[in-house]
Amino acid sequence: MKFSIIIYAAPYSSQAATSAYHFAKSVLAQDHEIYRLFFFSDGVYNANRLAVPAQDEFNVQKAWEKLIDEHQLDSIVCVSSALRRGIVDASESNRYELEAVSLSDKSTLSGLGQLVDAGVNSDRIINFG
Amino acid sequence: MGDKLRAKTNKKHFTFLTRRAPYGSGNAQLCLDMVLACSIYDQDVSYVFLEDGVFQLLNDQQADSISNKTLGKALETLELYGVEKVYVSAKSMTQRGLTPDDLILPVEQISTEVLSQLINQSNCVFNL
Repeated sequence: MKFSIIIYAAPYSSQAATSAYHFAKSVLAQDHEIYRLFFFSDGVYNANRLAVPAQDEFNVQKAWEKLIDEHQLDSIVCVSSALRRGIVDASESNRYELEAVSLSDKSTLSGLGQLVDAGVNSDRIINFG
Repeated sequence: MGDKLRAKTNKKHFTFLTRRAPYGSGNAQLCLDMVLACSIYDQDVSYVFLEDGVFQLLNDQQADSISNKTLGKALETLELYGVEKVYVSAKSMTQRGLTPDDLILPVEQISTEVLSQLINQSNCVFNL
């Protein structure tokens, strides 16, 4: 079955983002397909490459990066949610003359059209947050 | 993305349940953004105001005093965006003492039974 997972929740403030990660892992472990991850609203913080959680804590951002990389997942971060929260890739950072790049290089900024597309092309949409 | 989104040939029924008050959390605005995106990409959209979400439909909202955009004004433009299937839970209205006169636009009231049928008939349900 083809799943898409929408994540609305920031890591660390609630369990939702971590649950989404475990769900995604289970989907793949059971030989289903993930059509797309879509990080929306506060969920964009899951793709923040500048986060430094305590060493004895589960690093949610790194876990996502590893999962996306290993399975070559399509990971989209909502651009309008991201810009207002300071999650920027190199081109947005240049455009707005910012000092850093904060978006994980495993994810891509794009619009809500990708969420609609995920709904159209997946068998199931699962929301977290 | 145009080639990936074969909307005309692959149309789905998206139902959005918006159940939070208009301000205080971003959920109401998020839901509206998703509704508009689905409609722009020519999907079949149902938009349901449920529980505290019915407060989004109130007349005379003035959100500038709390440094916010007035959601009610944006909801008035739904028809322009082709969002025609807009419903409000009759039960949620009654529970909150609201009548159709309190609302910013004419919205069809639906029962809990009709709502469950609607959810059953949908391909994708978003609940926030």
